[in-house]
Parts: sequence; C-alpha cells; structure tokens
Amino acid sequence: LRIMAGKVKWVTDIEKSVLINNFEKRGWIQVAENEDWNFYWMSVQTIRNVFSVETGYRLSDDQIVNHFPNHYELTRKDLMVKNIKRYRKELEKEGSPLAEKDENGKYIYLDFVPVTFMLPADYNLFVEEFRKNPSSTWIMKPCGKAQGKGIFLINKLSQIKKWSRDSKTSSFVSQSSKEAYVISLYINNPLLIGGKKFDLRLYVLVSTYRPLRCYMYKLGFCRFCTVKYTPSTSELDNMFVHLTNVAIQKHGDDYNHIHGGKWTVSNLRLYLESTRGKEVTNKLFDEIHWIIVQSLKAVAPVMNNDKHCFECYGYDIIIDDKLKPWLIEVNASPSLTSSTANDRILKYNLINDTLNIAVPNGEIPDCKWNKSPPKEVLGNYEVLYDEEMAQSDGPDRDLRSRSGQSTGVKGNRARDSGKPVLTTWK
Amino acid sequence: MLEPDSGLSLTIARIVQRLKGSSLHSQLERQARVSLHNPDIKLESLKEDIKDFLKTSGWEKKLQNAVYSELNVFPSPCHPAAPPEHMKEPLAYMRKAQGSWEKRILKSLNSMSTELSIPLAQKRPVSEQKELLNKWNEMGTDEPDLSLFRPVYAPKDFLEVLMNLRNPNYENGEQPSFRNHLGLIQVPLKVKDIPELKEDFSELGLNIGQLGIDDSSQVPPEFFENEHVRVGQKGMDLFSSVINFLVEQDSAAAQQYVRQGCPTALRADLWALILNISNQPEDILYYEQLKSNVIQHDLLVDSLIYKDVKLTASNDDYYFVFEDYLYQVLLCFSRDTSVLEHFTYSSATPPKSYIRGKLGMEEYAVFYPPNGVIPFHGFSMYVAPLCFLYHEPSKLYQIFREMYVRFFFRLHSISSHPSGIVSLCLLFETLLQTHLPQLFYHLREIGAQPLRISFKWMVRAFSGYLATDQLLLLWDRILGYNSLEILAVLAAAVFAFRAVNLMEVTSLAAAEAVLADLSTLKVMPLLQIFLFATVT
Repeated sequence: LRIMAGKVKWVTDIEKSVLINNFEKRGWIQVAENEDWNFYWMSVQTIRNVFSVETGYRLSDDQIVNHFPNHYELTRKDLMVKNIKRYRKELEKEGSPLAEKDENGKYIYLDFVPVTFMLPADYNLFVEEFRKNPSSTWIMKPCGKAQGKGIFLINKLSQIKKWSRDSKTSSFVSQSSKEAYVISLYINNPLLIGGKKFDLRLYVLVSTYRPLRCYMYKLGFCRFCTVKYTPSTSELDNMFVHLTNVAIQKHGDDYNHIHGGKWTVSNLRLYLESTRGKEVTNKLFDEIHWIIVQSLKAVAPVMNNDKHCFECYGYDIIIDDKLKPWLIEVNASPSLTSSTANDRILKYNLINDTLNIAVPNGEIPDCKWNKSPPKEVLGNYEVLYDEEMAQSDGPDRDLRSRSGQSTGVKGNRARDSGKPVLTTWK
Repeated sequence: MLEPDSGLSLTIARIVQRLKGSSLHSQLERQARVSLHNPDIKLESLKEDIKDFLKTSGWEKKLQNAVYSELNVFPSPCHPAAPPEHMKEPLAYMRKAQGSWEKRILKSLNSMSTELSIPLAQKRPVSEQKELLNKWNEMGTDEPDLSLFRPVYAPKDFLEVLMNLRNPNYENGEQPSFRNHLGLIQVPLKVKDIPELKEDFSELGLNIGQLGIDDSSQVPPEFFENEHVRVGQKGMDLFSSVINFLVEQDSAAAQQYVRQGCPTALRADLWALILNISNQPEDILYYEQLKSNVIQHDLLVDSLIYKDVKLTASNDDYYFVFEDYLYQVLLCFSRDTSVLEHFTYSSATPPKSYIRGKLGMEEYAVFYPPNGVIPFHGFSMYVAPLCFLYHEPSKLYQIFREMYVRFFFRLHSISSHPSGIVSLCLLFETLLQTHLPQLFYHLREIGAQPLRISFKWMVRAFSGYLATDQLLLLWDRILGYNSLEILAVLAAAVFAFRAVNLMEVTSLAAAEAVLADLSTLKVMPLLQIFLFATVT
C-alpha cells in the first residue's frame, strides 16, 4: 500500500462525473472514507459529522476538505441575513463610511439583501413592514432547503397565518431549523431580457477567511425562466414564472435541453453594454463584486477558519430593472449535475480550476501552506479580494485605483473592491 | 452616345422623385414655413436665408443622410432607354433562372396549402384575435402543432439551383482542368482577386487598429479603443480637427468609421445612423398598424415563421432569449407592403396569388405574402443578432427591415450583383482555388466541395455560426463597406485557418466536422491574415 505514496488519495460521497473525472485525470487514488485520505469532497451532511463535537475527528496536516465547518453562517438564508445585519450595525457603530445611510435611512453601500425577516421569530416586525406596503409581494423560503423546494409567494397576511406566534389555530411553532422560514421582499421589478426573468449564478472560491482570500469564476451564467415574467397576482402560484432554479425549470414544458435556458455572463455583458452603455454595465459588475466581498466579510469573523478547508460557493444574484444587483442566497453545495453539454464542460472546468488552487500542483497537500497560488494556476478564476494584499499596499493602492477609474482601464477591477477604493469614490 | 453628366442628372432626378413623397419632404416644407416667422429671414434673400436656416438647425444634415441612404441602396441607373428589368437584373439568363426558382417556391407553398387544407390567408375570428393580442409578448409559449409544416426550402435546395446555372452564351467545351474553375458555380461572373480586395478593404490593414483585435486584453485598452471611441462619442474630449459625427448625425462619416468596428456601447446608434432609422412617431404608428394586420389576418407563412424560429433561434445558445421578439418582428414583416419597393432593384419578383375562384384574373391578384418575401429555413436568424442591440420592438423592426432591403435579400435571390449570393459563392471558390489550390483539390477529390460547407454560412451572413460579439463585428463591416463580399472572404479565411486539419480528412462528413464549430473564431484576425498576410 505504500507503493502509491506520493499520490493524493481521495474520497467523495458525491458521485458526479465532473468530480471523479477530475480526480482521475490527476492520477489520484480513490480510497474509502475509513482509510487514510488526503482529499475529501464531501456533502454538507458529511461535513457536519466530521466537525461535530461527538463524532468528529481531527484532521491531519495532509488532509483537505471542501467545506468550512460552519459554512451555514453564510449558506443558511436566515443566518446570512443575520450576519449581514450584524456586520452593518458594527460598521455603523465604528462610524465607518461604508455604513453611511441616505435620507430614507437606507444603507447606501450595504443595502444589497432584500428586506428579510425570520419566521416565526420576527413575525410582528414583519407585519409592521408588510402593512407599510400592503400591495407588495413577499417570498417565503424554508431555511434549510435548496433547489427551490418549499418556496412560495404571498401577498396577503392570511397566507402565512400559521407562522403568527399568537395564532389560535397553530400550536407554538418550534424553533427547530426544519420549520423556520425567512420571508423576504420579493423583487417584483427584475431586469427582463427578451421579456424573461433571470438570475445570475456565480461561483466564488474561498481559500481562507482570515485573511480573506477569495476568487470569482469568470464563467458564471444567467438562468432564464422559461415562462414569460408577469408581476400579475394570478401567476403568483406559477413557480415556472418566478423561480429560476434549474431544478424547477427543467420540468416546465418549454425547457430546452440544448441551452438549458442558460446564458453566459459574457452574453449578458454584451447585451447590457449594447443596450445600456458601458459605464452602467461596468458599474453593475463592480457592484456585484462588491456585494460578494461584503457578504464574505460579514461572516468572516464568525467563520471557523479551519486551515484544512476551502469552499466553492454558488452565489445567486438578481438584477432589478434599475440595474441594481441583489444577493438572494449563497449555496454551499452548488449543483454539479449537468443539464446540457455546455454545462458539463463548464462544471468540469470549474472543478478543475478549483482543485488547481486548493491542492497546489495536485500533490499531497500540506494545510500549513500560505494558500497563495501563483497566477498561472488560476485558470478561469480571477482574484476577487485578497485581504493580505489589500492591507499591505495601503496608500499606494489609492493612487493606482484612482487613476484606474479615470482612464477606464478594464483590468482587474475586482481587485479594487476593498475599502480604500470606496473612500476615493467618495 | 451618352452625355457625360446624364448619368448624374438621372440619379438626381430619381432621388428627387423618391424623396418628394417622403415624410422628410413634408417636414422640411413645414420647417421652411415655420422659419418665415424668424426675424433673420429677409424677404429679399428668402431662398438663401431659408437654406442657411435649414443648415444650422440640422435639417440639411437629415436631408444629406436621406440622399446618402438612397445612394447606398439604389444602384446607379443604366442607359435611359434600358427597360426597368435591367435595374433588377441586367442579365437575361439570371432573370430567367430567378423566375423559375420563384415558380418552384410558390408551387411548393400552394401545394402545402392544398394538402393541409389551410388557406394562404384568412381572417381571424374575433375570439382568436383577442387571444393573440393578449399573447402578443409571449408567442413563444404558444405550442401550435407544426409537425405538418415543412420549410418551403432550405439553403441546400437553393445551392442545387445555383449549381445548375449556366450562361447560354458561354460555351465552355473544354474539359474541366486546373486552369478552369473547379468549383460548383459555373457562370462567368467577374469577381475580385486579393489585390483588389486589399484595396477595397484597405481599412482592415494590419497597421490599422481594429476593434476586435486591438482592444483585446494584451493591448492596453487606453491605447486604442479610447482613441477610436473618442472619435465616436458625443461630448468626450475631441481633437478640434476631428468631426463629431454622432453629434452632427452624419451618416456618411459613421459609415466610414464603422469599417474599423464599433465600440459595443455605440453600435446601436451608429447602425441606426447609417441605416437612417430615427424611429419617429409615424414609424411607431406604422409598426402598430402592421401589428393590427397580424391580429386580424392569419397567413400560412405565419406557421412557417413559427416553425423556423422553433427550429433555429429557440435552440441557439445566444438567441433563445429573444424568441418572442422574433415573432413580433417577422409576423409584422410579412405584412409590410413597403418592402415591395425593394423589388425594383432586386432580381426577384413578389409572388402573386389570386382570390379564391379568380385564378388568372389580374384584378383579383394580390402579392403573397403582402411583403412578397417567402421565408426559408434559417430566415429568422437574420433578425436574431439585432436583438442584442435593440430592445424596443418598433426600432428593432425598422432596423431589420432596412438591413433586409439593403443586404439580406441578395443572399437568397439569383442575380449577377457583386453582393449577390452567386457572386459571393464564385468569389469564395475562386479565392480558395487560387490561394489554397492544394486544399481545394484535395477536398474536391474526396467529394467535399468547399462550397457545400460554406454556403449555409454565407446565406445566413454567418448568423448562428459565429459568437454574437464576433458576428456583430463582421456586420459592422458589411455596413461600413455597403457590401456582402466580406462574407465570402471570411468563408475562405476560415478554410485557410483550418487547412491543416482539412488536409487530413477523407470524407465530406469529416470535413463538415472540422468546420462544424465556428464559435471560437475571432473574425478580424482571420480576415486580416487572409487578406494582408497571405502571399499572393
């Protein structure tokens, strides 16, 4: 068994070809979970066990896993919102310019999550907000589910009666995570293209939270609803109109298996530049980068920055018709199922590039390494934010970023989404 | 013997004739009348003063653009005694071939109508009209049963016709040899060679910056694009000697500018300027009227349009999003009788149909479809790329219509025009045979005549084959040079690019496979290398 020493030993409990092909092409060796392994691509259930107090085990220096122990701080809808709200309040307390508010009391730079409440905990707060705009639509999402399961829209208080704490018809709803919901203001003015609603799926790789180092995959995509979008109340129940999850769209009559209702982000850019102009398009993409980084910064203090971990998130973003991006949710286990041929290629390359960054040179990892891969291995990833670099450059960066803005250098705008740049924008 | 300037005066007379009835004419008259209230206009120098006023208020520029547009679209008139067919197509055998082809298409359409018992046109019942009006923005969700409909023809059917074209006055008794043309097109039309093309397309030269090459990430963007963009954008800092034609709305200057490519943000405006589309209220009204024609009457060709969109654009990675817009444009297009005007300079003639029971009686003849254009398989792909630029239906419509009557009609009619599909095919084959003779000979030997593969690219102006950003760069040049010859040059350049792989194939199917995926190609480098870096 020592003959193969030097080759990475891998385990996975997700049987997807885009993963397995990538492991095999590196000449890695598959082993069982109870054997010595170096790399484990786990499902979120497994990571819970690995790091749980009772059944968990200590990972050794040559073992890497693909999730952070408490990733749910970011990937559970209610916790994400809680952490962002906490982050904003903290910034406000320190008097940071980032937390500046406008005359209506809305955060200027940090208002990127639709108004959200936890149910049943915040039920009364929600009712107060609902009554301000009784004609608004809200979306109810179960905290612990994915792929669009259990989501529904409401526009009347009666539709969520059972989450009311003083409802006579329901017993006190337990606070267990199974029944907890978040309710968010539904974005009923999404940007439509060809009359169709879409959302953006972007992949973000985090190799460490403190210092924060994250990468954005350049090849994100738009997911279009197959049915024409209509804000009309009669269509509230038609999930094909409102939800863009591929898992749901796939069952619609119009689902197409060639393109899968997906568009590349570069198509989106071309369309927006052609119809809206370059400046607003650049601004939109800058804002998207910004909100991703801010969401990561919000959870960074509470994240268990275990050095054995990295994580590839699936960010879901909706753009409204004023070209403002909204963060809808973050997925810890973005789907690795391929709905079309193009999809398969994209996900294969995604995993490939992710592995190149997380497991340098494809060799047996040493989790004590500095997690700073050379530029050449990034593939289709580009650096989104590197806290170490951002802090070391300091005042010099201000100058460079200022000049970068005025001549419209395309370059790596993403790099400039740290705090110093914001003060120059001001 | 013609007088030296009789050609010019003929042209002027024709343009005056055409503009006289236009809305621009009535607008100018109105402006002139209104200007009489202007204190600067003096009775003694009335004519001069009004002319000056029209100049400073920008109306002269609008007139210039209209004249320029006419010049672009209409060929120069020939001898005053020449019959009108000659403006359509000077060569008799071409006219004849086009006529036969049209007969075949119409026959096919009529038999489809008979077999399926669907009339060519019928009024819609009121309930259906209401339904269609409600669904107008989402016709893509409709699932009519289209299984019985087939496209009237596909590009390959058309190619067969072109292959059989012969000039009866041209006896080519010799055996085909390497000295002769070895391709599929066997008519003696004059086509350009590379030295001539280099001259015509001089702005694509290697030492001149192009959008699509020199704005790629290797070259610092501020080096090139901003320069090129500065010349285009209103209000940005300009060198005083450079004319800001977008502000001044100068069609001719815009056309010259786009030869080097459009910056994405300016493309929509530049194309509209070159095509002289301003989307006036009367244009929007006209479009709405077409829409109501669609609601009221159902045409057989509508089903052909639906079928085409479902077969092509709906399955396309780039264009599926715009499916609904395509119906909104193409259904209206079929009813647009203003399109009939282009038949004066097209070799084609609109098909005629007769009211039921009145076959052959001229008083009961109507053009069918009303715009005289029967769509074929892939037709909707002419519209699809434009959806990336224009999201307002009436503007999208007008841009497409103008593109069709200026360019696209030439790709599916038989004529001797240098931008006609016949000339493009011959140009493609000649370029290949002259500059890549080994490749040409090899492909011919294995039964893979190059034109069999490239024909569909050219007929569709490469729509659906290239990535959209590349396609738009290519269409920039079609507009800039007012010619479709670039399609043939690109087709040859693609073969040149993949020559090494093509030399190794041994069947038509394998050759098709090598050339199946053009979505990664970069158009401008290919063209530049082929035109300017190939040893001639």
